[in-house]
Amino acid sequence: MSDPTAHFEELESVVIRFAGDSGDGMQLTGTQFTTTSAVFGNDISTLPDYPAEIRAPAGTLAGVSGFQVNLSQHDILTPGDAPFVLVAMNPAALKASLPDLEIGGIIIVNTDAFTPTNLKKADYESNPLEDGSLKSYEVHEVPLTSLTREALKGLETLSTKEKDRCQNFFALGMTFWIFDRSLDTSESWIENKFAKKPEIAQANKIALETGFFFGETTEVFRRRFHIRPASLPAGTYRNVTGNEAMALGLVTAAQKMDKPLFYGSYPITPASDILHALAPLRNFDVRTFQAEDEIAAMGSVIGAAFGGALAVTGTSGPGLALKSEAMNLAIMLELPMVIVNVQRGGPSTGLPTKTEQADLLQALYGRNGESPIPVLAPKGPSDCFDIAYEACRLAVRAMTPVLVLSEGYLANSSEPWLIPDPNDIEPIVVKHPEGRSEDDAPFFPYLRDEETLGRPWAIPGTPGLEHRIGGLAKAPITGNVSQDPRHHEQMIKLRAEKVARLANAVPEQDVFGPAEGDLLVITWGGTFGAVRTAVTRARKNHNYDVAHAHLRFLNPFPRNMEKILRSYKRILVPELNNGQLAFVLRGTYGLDNIISYPKLHARPFKIGEVYQKLEELFNN
Amino acid sequence: MTEPISLELTRKDFVSDQTVRWCPGCGDYAILAQLQKVLPELGIPKEKIVFISGIGCSSRFPYYMNTFGIHSIHGRAPTLASGLAAANPDLNIWVITGDGDGLSIGGNHLIHAIRRNVNLNILLFNNRIYGLTKGQYSPTSRKGKKTKSSPMGSIEQPLNPLTLALSAEATFVARAMDTDTVHLGEVLKAAAAHEGTSFVEIYQNCVIFNPNEWTGIDDRRTRSDHVIYLEHGQPLIFGKNNDKGVRLNGFKPEVVDLGGEFTEKDLIVHDETSQELAYILAHMEHPTYPPPMGIIRSVRKPTYTEELMGQVRMAQERNGMGDLKSLYHSSDIWTV
Ligand SMILES: Cc1ncc(C[n+]2csc(CCOP(=O)(O)OP(=O)(O)O)c2C)c(N)n1
Ligand code: SF4
Ligand SMILES: [Mg+2]
Repeated sequence: MSDPTAHFEELESVVIRFAGDSGDGMQLTGTQFTTTSAVFGNDISTLPDYPAEIRAPAGTLAGVSGFQVNLSQHDILTPGDAPFVLVAMNPAALKASLPDLEIGGIIIVNTDAFTPTNLKKADYESNPLEDGSLKSYEVHEVPLTSLTREALKGLETLSTKEKDRCQNFFALGMTFWIFDRSLDTSESWIENKFAKKPEIAQANKIALETGFFFGETTEVFRRRFHIRPASLPAGTYRNVTGNEAMALGLVTAAQKMDKPLFYGSYPITPASDILHALAPLRNFDVRTFQAEDEIAAMGSVIGAAFGGALAVTGTSGPGLALKSEAMNLAIMLELPMVIVNVQRGGPSTGLPTKTEQADLLQALYGRNGESPIPVLAPKGPSDCFDIAYEACRLAVRAMTPVLVLSEGYLANSSEPWLIPDPNDIEPIVVKHPEGRSEDDAPFFPYLRDEETLGRPWAIPGTPGLEHRIGGLAKAPITGNVSQDPRHHEQMIKLRAEKVARLANAVPEQDVFGPAEGDLLVITWGGTFGAVRTAVTRARKNHNYDVAHAHLRFLNPFPRNMEKILRSYKRILVPELNNGQLAFVLRGTYGLDNIISYPKLHARPFKIGEVYQKLEELFNN
Repeated sequence: MTEPISLELTRKDFVSDQTVRWCPGCGDYAILAQLQKVLPELGIPKEKIVFISGIGCSSRFPYYMNTFGIHSIHGRAPTLASGLAAANPDLNIWVITGDGDGLSIGGNHLIHAIRRNVNLNILLFNNRIYGLTKGQYSPTSRKGKKTKSSPMGSIEQPLNPLTLALSAEATFVARAMDTDTVHLGEVLKAAAAHEGTSFVEIYQNCVIFNPNEWTGIDDRRTRSDHVIYLEHGQPLIFGKNNDKGVRLNGFKPEVVDLGGEFTEKDLIVHDETSQELAYILAHMEHPTYPPPMGIIRSVRKPTYTEELMGQVRMAQERNGMGDLKSLYHSSDIWTV
């Protein structure tokens, strides 16, 4: 027998995008392809991209929903700049994705959808399949709709509409064939998902298999590809999105504190999935509370923290704005809690489903009065787990609200997560003061721990610890209301110092590349992957003198931050806003060698654009 | 550790070390005194009692109570109280709010706390004015009310706190006055005993910015002629000599003199469980009607935390106590 892999081209990585109408099930198709590839052993990174409208007019550009997945035999950090394979379910999907596609890439289109009406809806003046405009690509024309209908002819109880809903699985089957993937994972998913609707399950399985065999029997696809499994660190993996990982991290922290998790939140894209992930976990004593608005959510979290729970709220920019006044109350009360802000494009309602990093200054400075709050930011989907745990740990340590800045991009993207053994995760030790009798010394609610400056977390129900706290300025130690100017100054400085001292409880900043030299690139949040990859390539291809420091702690900055910043001639700060971190670094350290590199498209950085920026900086 | 503090509490146990700073003559003093008198009689350990307020003169309240307490931010006390109840369901939580705090800036939260039937005792101190900010009209100020911010008279329709609470499906709605302390004490006790949200409107005198608001209603000597004290199962009778009553004429309540054409048998008999009657009573406003005092509605429904903790228990029975390892693995996994 000949080598069965003989007709396969070996690829190190490939980027595939599934695009269609928002009703076409592209998110599902993409997720299925991802899971199968992950189980196969590739490293993966995904990026869903869907419209803000739930059902934008069918067939229009506004209604295109896409899911991009990058699979590789190497460690990858981004969903990829340019898709090599595009599965387009209609003309609009083709038109919306084409500018991103790699030249020479493969396009699979559903020709049934290329009707005059659909072409018009997608603003095509002529049919791109006929006018030669796709000649730089390898185009496969497949009548997906009619083939699916034909395959499901025997299932008489299903309507045509129901049958047409299976065409995404037909497309998935074809893609599996091209990449030589097993159908097992998707088949068992279908069986589970439609356990109560066996006919729908059967239809989807038939569509999937027919799609797969279509590849085999028709020889439409001349090229097939292999991507070998990546050599990831040993262990058990699963795929997680940032929001899933955030929810898992929060539950873990609560369990490690031996406390109920109270999660008060008001639904908002792209943060709602955290609420959705936590709501079913009642058996972990997760008490989700869908508040009437974000102010109420924040208030409820303060109340729950006073009551001794691990209290957390999640929101996005507009909601964070509403929470500000109550966050300041939390800062005055000095109670531990976590606020997760999954940033989206702003200002105002902005771009609800698109990503941005423009809430940094709001997080750091967007409240009245002197209002210091620790700020943490995850660098990738699975890092949301660790950041969630860290935020809870720091909140309790210093008795302070802690803000986590996630991003729409991280929240919805996914990557493999090396599942930890929960027994290896450190407990978070919480000490509540014990009850007192009248003969004991009086209880002072603002008597601080000497090391951390945190105050005692005295919870209602403890005899003898009755005390009142509030938003009015107060005296140190007793916490009694005070307008004494010296008390005011003292308390402002104590609250600031308390946050600053958290630098002692977080790791030093690490640097990728030389410890001193010409250029340091500094990033935070979800830009990590694209920038780290670009810097790695630039060092390898050009031997540039460039280092990269990625910040996970934005307030306080790590204790060796200043030393690092002063070790390079120039500092480049790429970020998805108009230069906010650059502004903070200039202001905090008085630096004049900062080059701001803003991207204001409400889309993640591409590796290529950062790489070009580096070339530009080194060639001039 | 200490032994539990004895339950034989007195008024003094509830007095904090802070100097009370309301204006002399302010109705808030009487309410504070009544609560400090009533709380020791409830049989609730002091450490389980929490006062949460918003902002306003009335919201200074928690500082004067030697219990756990939070003086929070304007209008938001019900939100803190709801989170606290969810975190710690066996506390006895009191929300102290004003007509501005509870009905203007915090109106939304008030509605939702009531709707959820969180186990809270909400006391709304209604002085029909913004006291702390020195005398602007409030959402309960009467139309035509002249204040600093309405020199030609308020042009706004006032809110009725009771009908608002009822339309939010309140399970306990009552009213009392700062000048009738004995009755106030009884209402507060009933509110504390009720499980679920107890909403109590208290007519409160702001002697500085709205001194004559309750004239003709709350005067000790004449009030029995001007208000009606409700009692479950009893006919609606009022007047110094019990010579007046309220009957239903079609759907409309009507004040009648007893002894002539009408007798007790013609009068409405109070029923705390009737939603319909509650609306009729809540709408009886001075001077057309004697405003009702006492418990307007009281029904038992599951509280928010009973439902919440019920789900926690049910989930733990069905799925076992949460186990992180199986949670982490509850998705497609693969091993390298
Ligand atoms: C966010 C915010 N807006 C405005 C204020 C100013 N303010 C404080 S109390 C108050 C009105 C209080 O009226 P009410 O609730 O009736 O209480 P009273 O003083 O009459 O007891 C206002 C407007 C504030 N503290 N916070
Ligand atoms: S201003 Fe009015 S409500 Fe405020 S303390 Fe003085 S009398 Fe009481
Ligand atoms: Mg008032």
